[in-house]
Amino acid sequence: MNMKAKLFWASAGLLGLFAASVTAIAEQKSELKPAAVLSRARLITQPQYVNTLRGIFGPNVKYPVVLAPMHRVGGLVDVGASAAVVTGGALERFDSAGRTVAKEVLDPSHRDYIMPCRPASEKLPDDACARKFLAPVGRLLFRRALSEKELKAYTEIAHAAIIEVGDFYTGLGGTLSGMLVAPEFLYVTPTTEVVRGENRLTARSRAIRLSMLLWNAYPDSELLTAAENGSLNTDKGLAKQVDRMLASPRLADGVRNFFDDMLVFESFDTLTKDGKIYPAFTTQVTTDAREQTLRTIVAHLVELNGDYRDLFTTRKTFLTNDLAAIYGVAINDPDRWAPYEFPTDSARGGLLTQVSFLALYSHPGRSSPTRRGRAIREIFLCQKVPDPPPNVDFSALERPDPTLKTARDRLNRHSQNPVCAGCHKITDPIGLALENFDGAGAYRTDESGAVIDASGALNDASFKNVKGLEEALHNNPRTPTCLAERMTSYALNRPIEAADQDLLNYVNTKFAANGYRVKELLRVIATDKTFYAVPADNDKPTINKADAETVTLGRKS
Amino acid sequence: MSTISRRRILRGMMDGAAVSVTLPFLECFLNGNGDARASGAPLPVRFGTWFWGLGMVSQIFTPKTVGPNYDLPEQISSWKDIKQHVNLYSNLNVVTDGRPPVCHYSGWIAVATGEAPLNGSSYPRESIDVTVADVIGSGTRFRSLQLAGTGSQRSTHSFRSTDAVNPPEVSPTDLYQKIFGPEFHDPNSPNFTPDPGIKMRKSVLSAVIEQSTDFRRTVGSADKQRLEEYFTSVREMEGRLALQLERPAPAPACKIPAAIDKEMPVGIDAELVASRHNIMTDMMVMAVACDQTRVFNMMYSDGTAVTSRKGFPRVHHTITHEEPVDTKLGYQPDSAWFCTRSMESFAHFVGALAKFKEGDGSLLDRSLVFAYSDLSLAQAHSLIGIPMMTAGSAGGRMKTGIHFDGKAGPVTRVGLTVLQAMGVQAGEWGVNSLKTGQAIGEVLV
Repeated sequence: MNMKAKLFWASAGLLGLFAASVTAIAEQKSELKPAAVLSRARLITQPQYVNTLRGIFGPNVKYPVVLAPMHRVGGLVDVGASAAVVTGGALERFDSAGRTVAKEVLDPSHRDYIMPCRPASEKLPDDACARKFLAPVGRLLFRRALSEKELKAYTEIAHAAIIEVGDFYTGLGGTLSGMLVAPEFLYVTPTTEVVRGENRLTARSRAIRLSMLLWNAYPDSELLTAAENGSLNTDKGLAKQVDRMLASPRLADGVRNFFDDMLVFESFDTLTKDGKIYPAFTTQVTTDAREQTLRTIVAHLVELNGDYRDLFTTRKTFLTNDLAAIYGVAINDPDRWAPYEFPTDSARGGLLTQVSFLALYSHPGRSSPTRRGRAIREIFLCQKVPDPPPNVDFSALERPDPTLKTARDRLNRHSQNPVCAGCHKITDPIGLALENFDGAGAYRTDESGAVIDASGALNDASFKNVKGLEEALHNNPRTPTCLAERMTSYALNRPIEAADQDLLNYVNTKFAANGYRVKELLRVIATDKTFYAVPADNDKPTINKADAETVTLGRKS
Repeated sequence: MSTISRRRILRGMMDGAAVSVTLPFLECFLNGNGDARASGAPLPVRFGTWFWGLGMVSQIFTPKTVGPNYDLPEQISSWKDIKQHVNLYSNLNVVTDGRPPVCHYSGWIAVATGEAPLNGSSYPRESIDVTVADVIGSGTRFRSLQLAGTGSQRSTHSFRSTDAVNPPEVSPTDLYQKIFGPEFHDPNSPNFTPDPGIKMRKSVLSAVIEQSTDFRRTVGSADKQRLEEYFTSVREMEGRLALQLERPAPAPACKIPAAIDKEMPVGIDAELVASRHNIMTDMMVMAVACDQTRVFNMMYSDGTAVTSRKGFPRVHHTITHEEPVDTKLGYQPDSAWFCTRSMESFAHFVGALAKFKEGDGSLLDRSLVFAYSDLSLAQAHSLIGIPMMTAGSAGGRMKTGIHFDGKAGPVTRVGLTVLQAMGVQAGEWGVNSLKTGQAIGEVLV
């Protein structure tokens, strides 16, 4: 491990924790009433799993994790986490992931810097050393300090496991992998408390919500400490943490994940093109195209703190050699990602003209103005385009007719069917503006010998070519409000409902006032009390005093 | 599951009247008739599903004759070696009772769950394999195996509810590791030592779960059921780990396949899909023979099959919509090409089970495979006459080699028949117009 990585990790992750003794956690004020709960438990997603463990164990450990996919709800897979169920098959994935990661963490190549101590013998239990590992790890996995009783129990579990297998690290790893399938790690269940008659999220739940939004991971040690000492409940304390988290390199993880989800990029897992028709579109291009867009987004929104709308026009991006072949340009450093700026007269500008979008919303061997138009409406404008009716003859698209050379010709023929015309009117005029890019995303001026007419329209805005589409999407008032809506849904981890309109209005106003900076949008949401509000219809199980004590277990140690 | 102790195996061997010392080791674990283990425990019956998207072209798919020894039109000519094992069910329909007929969705949902979906993003009830696995899936290392020829993590029809889905294996190498990796124990190995690693995992898992009683109280009423499903999955996993600590019952047909270490490329080209499908099928057959699972589900393609063909710019699904009908043939030839490839893969799937000897018969003899598509004619998204097949006799409970004309009855008649053949206590199955109490007597023994 290089020194730089080690230092980063030491400040952000587990190493920093060993300074904070488990018993030093501040007692909560006694005015807190028993905790109630919010309605939905949230299952950890694959990116959250990786981001969280990377935050704890550092970037050098490998996390080859494949979890069961979740259901997309309201345009986001992340929101599906609040309904996801751990079936036998899904648990197998968690189990396998946990064992792989635990083995990696306690592998000789990593354990020396991860473990805070060395066992007296590698063949025997060493409770003191196991405890030193389990206490801070348990706190970060379960997002609360383990009680003395729990810590004792986990140390005993490790003790027995080490005896079972006759190896300290294997036994400790087995215990870690057990904790990685524990419900407390896999599920986040928001808890509430009544303070001076007001029902609110506990500071711990605030911390979790905050870090899931900004870092797409469970809280780090510092954030947990802010929850534990109560400072997160104050405006000042909250603002301090939000500032810190927005300035952290881990913000890129959060932004990256949000856009990967919103852009439906999991489709890249199975995207391929016909090798005969698009020989340059290799598997490497598929991987790089996804990465190119995510890099562009992170650089623009996080590093440059740019206007979200400019993502649809920016000529700045990053390329690899393989991608450059599709773009038909040369880059300076063929061995790695290189920043690249398309010239002002280039048709390329913004996300819509990147290979990721163009290739994803095409056929294996042909472009698709309809798919592209639909994707723009559904992804970037939060509109729903109806599915095609069940019984339609699309074959005019294909019927050999030498006069139908371009996609526009074929779609015009198709739209003569009034049943089809309704929906194609809302997709095709947008998608046709991208016809200068083929199904692999390469630039072209003609199709079957006919010059491509890339004029089009988005609602009332008409344009002559793709530049006009980029501008139209940039200037469309729905573009930023759609993002704000998705982000709010992502933050609350539930679909947006009619009752959220006031909140959305507020968020939109602030987003606009801050020049559509996504970092500011995140700050607005993260510091707004609605984000931490407990719904009036929150179900409150009757909790007696004894239960209340166990619910708050960990804060009383 | 009969987890058989060493003593019991030996006793079983002595009791088996016709056991000869000259028999090879594995054979001696069977009784004289070869239809049961020597202990008297019957060889297990297995259940599988097989799905392909975008139906068929009736003109070249549906046999002219019904009953036994049906003819094989062009699209299913690949069945010539398996026909005697396959029942084909034609002329059975899905009625949605006013629910929207969601393209490429309502049809297979109705076939697999007995109920038409309310919309295109939810499952109304559990899938049929889950119902069967609840009855026969608990005694093996894996409750069920999900496989997909598509390479997509989302290609699965195995679910208990919309948000409780069993994910598929999509890579042959991962599948090999999952089944035959370091944790596999050869059921026929003369030596058995419980793996201390498994022992550790089991005790850690139980202890960790014991610690989580407090956590349960933090869960709201809306999530209680979800958490209960999680705990059910944990208990199942504990049970499976416990099972691995006991000497496995001998599986006479078990052969361990050679390791696969070369990753297959990503892609949906029909040749690649067939090859991925076939490799995974062969490995799955070994997993079944080694009694690692008794329920298996294969997705050859998705409902909106995106299988592609070299040199063709669009995928199967798009072709079904855009290809003109050939006026001479009366159907879409390019679209039909893909359906025919699907049926070849089905023939491979069934053939692989049929060729695998187990005792006096084959694995297929002690299996029931239920195959279905999402529609009949893709161009029209037709829910009329959705093609379905069963293969295998489920240990003698099903007649095979029959073409059954459903006379426009509900598709659920096949599901009900399958459930009854698999020993699920079901007098009727399905919802609203799809509800039926009429199993298909013509194919049940």
